[in-house]
Amino acid sequence: MANDLARWQFATTSIYHFFFVPVTIGLAFLVAILQTAWYRTDNPDYRRMTRFFGTLLLINVAIGVVTGLVQEFEFGMNWATYSRFVGGVFGAPLAMEGLAAFFLESTFLGLWLFGWDRLSKRVHLGCIWAVAIGSMLSAMFILIANSWMQHPVGYKLNHAGQAVLTNVWALFVNPTFVWGYAHVILASLVTGCLVMLAVSAWYLRRRVHVEAFYRTAKVALCVLIPAIAIQISVGNQLGEIENTYQPMKIAAAEAQWNSCKPCSFSAAQIGGGNNDKTPTQIIAIPHLLSVLATGTWGGGVTGLNQLQAQYEAKYGPGNYVPDVFIQYWSMRVMAYLGALVLVFALWGGWLLQTGRLVSARLFLWLSVWLVITPFLMNTAGWLLTESGRQPWIVQGLQKTVNANSASVSATDVWISLSAFVIAYIVLGAADLTLMLRYSRRGLAEAYAESTEPAKVADTHVPALTY
Amino acid sequence: MQLHTIWFVVIAFFWVGFFVLEGFDFGVGALHALIGRSETERRVAVNTIGPWWDGNEVWLVVAGAAMFAAFPGWYATLFSSLYLALVLVLLALFGRGVSFEYRGKRESRRWRGGWTWALTIGSALVPLLIGVALGDLLHGLPINQNHDFTGDFFDLLTGYGLMTGVALLTLSLLHGATFLGLRTTGEIRDRARGAARRIGLLAIVVELAWVVWTLVVIGGGTVPQPTQILAVIAVIFAQRLAGTDNDGWAFVASGVAIAATVGEIFIALYPNVMVSSTDHAFNLTVNNAAAGHYSLVVMTVAAVLFLPVVLLYQGWSFHVFRQRVAAPPPSRN
Repeated sequence: MANDLARWQFATTSIYHFFFVPVTIGLAFLVAILQTAWYRTDNPDYRRMTRFFGTLLLINVAIGVVTGLVQEFEFGMNWATYSRFVGGVFGAPLAMEGLAAFFLESTFLGLWLFGWDRLSKRVHLGCIWAVAIGSMLSAMFILIANSWMQHPVGYKLNHAGQAVLTNVWALFVNPTFVWGYAHVILASLVTGCLVMLAVSAWYLRRRVHVEAFYRTAKVALCVLIPAIAIQISVGNQLGEIENTYQPMKIAAAEAQWNSCKPCSFSAAQIGGGNNDKTPTQIIAIPHLLSVLATGTWGGGVTGLNQLQAQYEAKYGPGNYVPDVFIQYWSMRVMAYLGALVLVFALWGGWLLQTGRLVSARLFLWLSVWLVITPFLMNTAGWLLTESGRQPWIVQGLQKTVNANSASVSATDVWISLSAFVIAYIVLGAADLTLMLRYSRRGLAEAYAESTEPAKVADTHVPALTY
Repeated sequence: MQLHTIWFVVIAFFWVGFFVLEGFDFGVGALHALIGRSETERRVAVNTIGPWWDGNEVWLVVAGAAMFAAFPGWYATLFSSLYLALVLVLLALFGRGVSFEYRGKRESRRWRGGWTWALTIGSALVPLLIGVALGDLLHGLPINQNHDFTGDFFDLLTGYGLMTGVALLTLSLLHGATFLGLRTTGEIRDRARGAARRIGLLAIVVELAWVVWTLVVIGGGTVPQPTQILAVIAVIFAQRLAGTDNDGWAFVASGVAIAATVGEIFIALYPNVMVSSTDHAFNLTVNNAAAGHYSLVVMTVAAVLFLPVVLLYQGWSFHVFRQRVAAPPPSRN
């Protein structure tokens, strides 16, 4: 019971945390681009847009930071047995994340936010880039740690049965990490672009600040098109890597109970799950699964039943099949929405190219609503990755069921889970209120600022930022 | 010196750094509504720590992560023992962390009032609770041979733990008040200095009591340790200086007091990292809780590469915003 609740808590808090992380990483990068454009062109529109989207970024970062603290603490709080077992390997990237990324991100965010009047234009621009790089670095270190749970490398087990690091370089070139990191960064860029596009489209439809928001829509589309196009092939590559190291994960994602060769791809099915091995196929596309999973026309995929037998022979009796329903649908939500976003992005690119973006009412209307899709895709992606690793907490080394803290009772976790859920609802409501308010508020303030006459230096009192 | 001892020192350094830096922004957060009477004054108070609080908080994250990396056993036992206390710490950190960014973003009185409470309570609760935790490290908690905590939430509230919590809360308030004296002008500065003098008196009493109790807990006789003497002298200096125009030195003194107090806990703790009140044979030590040698080497290289750079740019950030924060003239629109 305590174990199940701890899993619920970790899943809930990390999914929630990851609503904000990709927005931060994506928007920080895009705001840095806008500010670079301002630095280069001196066009005041870019300054306004930097401040406008910078505010949205900050509203987001606030929640990203505090929910990140929970993640950092939860390893020890809920998963003490796991922490003792993996700390010698897993702890190092976490500590490096703090030293190399969090300090950079938070210090320069402070400098950027409060430094508009204090720093030279050039140094101030450097600050936002430091924030963007810091946020990407932090994703790098946490992905190194996470990838080790998916595919442990560079370690040995000591006499006490604990994992001990033997080769740190192996962590950095772990194929699960390399492709997983590319996947997360691209997902973050896609998220940031879709947020920026949605806000810009909202204004363009209302014909308010058209020139300024046309620029941001353009920046968003120009980053979105390559990002989503590359993302689809990176995701595919990551699937192949996972098929090599965690075949259960991919077999479950395809609900492939028995080995096949060649394998057809199930586009949609009714039913299915760990207790329903013969769901009704709606559409099955011949050979497609072979191509996706192995990169060949007639490649074979090992089925869940066969993998289960292999795992039992290797690790002893037990159930090694992850939740098939979650795997199957999270894979499809991610892939189908990804394809939808690609088509949509290309449509936007074509409108941009032919100069009709501003008058394309349908496209602009859809852009606003499409902002939901990255959050669904990101959540589905993590469900696929983490639920697909079960029953292992560290693939092949430690099971989740053996990893929680012995001293933390089910009652303790009930209390903490309820407290976090309530706090997250309050924080989420506050965040959403401010995001919508500041998204719709327009550029009035930004205009006022940039038209204010220059003040004399010695009477200058900067406005209060907070 | 062995590598795990070096890492014990590094972790102690992170905790000291955390309290010296975040200590003043806890103090400012807890006092902002008392020292700032009007809305503008409250905003001035919050803006004195504006550029830094987030970077200061990273010291806590790094302290925790460094424990995880260098002493997995310590991290695991400590964080699971303190379970419900840490839930409270996290809730308090949510409230204050979000309030900085959100408080000023709506004109509504209710909105601002709510975040003022979150900032005040959150800022007071965190140093208190973490202080209790640090005191418990030294005092000892019921821990069995598997290094698992066997008590419940109320076993965390040891007398010495609570004393340490109160000491660190009081020192944080003093540190926040001297910081506000250093960073503001006019009436709000006068009020901050008055508060620092009054809190300083309380802090002297609390610090003396803490020093005596620590001697009892360590059981090493009646001779105070050098760090303890330093801590008491620094508190007295901070209280005396807060009344004069030496705002800078008052702030340095309160910083030294908080550093010496946290430092003393770790000095007294070594070579243990967590004491078991069940049986001293179950103590966690720098030996039995440490990660492998190679891991520590890797971490050392990372720390040598990154830490000096971090100190440089954080120092630069303090330099950039060194001017006092004043209320802007009332806007014309």
